[in-house]
Amino acid sequence: MKTKKVTKKIDIMHVAELSKLKLTSSEVKLFTLQLGKIIEHVADLNEVDTKDSKPTSQTTGLVNVKRKDEVKQSLSQEDAVSQKGHTHNGYFVVPMILENKEI
Amino acid sequence: MIPARNIKENIDNLKSGKYKAIDLVNYFLNRIDKFDKNVNSFITITKDYAYQKARDIDKLLIENKNNPEERFPLFGTVIALKDLFLTKGIRTTAASNVLREYIPSYSATVVERLENAGCILIGKLNCDAWAHGSSGENSDFGNTLNPWNYQFTPGGSSSGSGAALASDFCQITTGTDTCGSIRLPANYCFKVGLKPTYGSVSRYGIVAMASSLDSIGHMASTTDDIKRVFDVTKGVDGYDSTLKNSDFVLGDKTLRIGIPKEFFVSGLDSEVRENIDKVISIFKNLGAEIVEVSLPHTKYGLSVYYIIQPAEVSSNLGRYDGIRYGGSRDLFGSEAKRRIILGSFVLSSGYYDAYYLKAMKVRTIINKEVDEAFSDVDAIIAPVAPTPPFHLGEKVSDPLKMYLTDIYAATANLAGIPSLALPFGFSKSGLPLGFQLMGPRFSEELLFNLGNRFETESGYVPKFASL
Repeated sequence: MKTKKVTKKIDIMHVAELSKLKLTSSEVKLFTLQLGKIIEHVADLNEVDTKDSKPTSQTTGLVNVKRKDEVKQSLSQEDAVSQKGHTHNGYFVVPMILENKEI
Repeated sequence: MIPARNIKENIDNLKSGKYKAIDLVNYFLNRIDKFDKNVNSFITITKDYAYQKARDIDKLLIENKNNPEERFPLFGTVIALKDLFLTKGIRTTAASNVLREYIPSYSATVVERLENAGCILIGKLNCDAWAHGSSGENSDFGNTLNPWNYQFTPGGSSSGSGAALASDFCQITTGTDTCGSIRLPANYCFKVGLKPTYGSVSRYGIVAMASSLDSIGHMASTTDDIKRVFDVTKGVDGYDSTLKNSDFVLGDKTLRIGIPKEFFVSGLDSEVRENIDKVISIFKNLGAEIVEVSLPHTKYGLSVYYIIQPAEVSSNLGRYDGIRYGGSRDLFGSEAKRRIILGSFVLSSGYYDAYYLKAMKVRTIINKEVDEAFSDVDAIIAPVAPTPPFHLGEKVSDPLKMYLTDIYAATANLAGIPSLALPFGFSKSGLPLGFQLMGPRFSEELLFNLGNRFETESGYVPKFASL
């Protein structure tokens, strides 16, 4: 995979699709402008020499935190589905993603 | 009846019968009823729940007359929660339309601990939706106004937490701080705010923003209250695997306090700067040795933050699909959409190395610099924000300008160190000023000690806005 360098413009439509967001055309225009300015601002990181630096993903220094594998009380099924009117036999009803057109 | 202005006196007053818990709830609910239509600090008021708890507290006192605080260290303290803290059976919105109707089936660790310690929950507080913002203006429940002057923002994202305290609507509020979201509103509302060490307070049951940066803290009117609440909320809970119990020991040597020279260059308002000069002289009076320190890479902190944070936001907000709870993704407001898009972009194929990986590497350099500074000094004094409170609407159409508000906040979140924001002084136009005290990881006890001594030396008394 080729690594792209710093860019000035984000392909908003493409990224919105990746993020499952529907945007209006005026949002696309506005975000292109606003996020372009932010991308330009954060480009100052290229001034920093990082070739000897390892990435930091957390600051606690903890590694592989474990607990005893014990069964504890958890949410009841009733509680777990309590937030959706749209359930069936204790399951969530989800939108259809595959359609059987021809039988 | 006027309630005590700190937890200790409040417990004493309840014990001596000066007032009952019911009177406290009456007092605060009356004020909320009368004034919150102007301030808009609450999203949900838990009236019946508060009265029930107050009755329980009054009953407990009859059974346990002498020292209820032994079992209940926050006995009868009236508290309100940023609406990111899950409360079983009580609506929790994150100030977003996506969760407008969401009723959690469990409570956050912090909420359980506070309630078990004797707190009376009076309501859920307004904030920027998903904690995205520095002014409260991204809330789907309307702007919160600064009680000191309604034309100004109370600071965000914990806007309601600062405003409710300054309005005398409750005694303690909770908040989350991912890049200043507790310290800024505390500072803009003349209250004390704590952003604890990353990994000291459980995030379990709190709506996640950016998981490597989110710190769970609170605001109060005094440093002593901040400590009392922290003693209840901190520590391993078995649910958040980033937690560690602190083994910090408070020494008694002469304190060295660092002033990072890079924080006092261009862009810092002269009133804020002159005010911090006064703060420094008070610490000198306390016997502290003041030295200049250099943190040259902290100027990249905000750029690092605006890559790492949206990346983590896009991941955390990915769970809102409207299937198991909450509404659809169409209900996200503009700021959440902006951050999701920016985050998905910096993580996307081809751009990951140039943005996300680069930012994580610069984060390492900043953290190293901060650690080195703390090998020389015990604590660092810095501004909370570059200016006093700004006008509502002033930055709302320019996200980059809004983001730059948090330029002094980023260091503590990136490095995972604690920071205590303390109120001190007012601007010429009567707006709150203050500063932050940062320390090494898990050094909260030192910050509390310094905060207490600063309050005594400067003659601090809690102040409330007249509404």
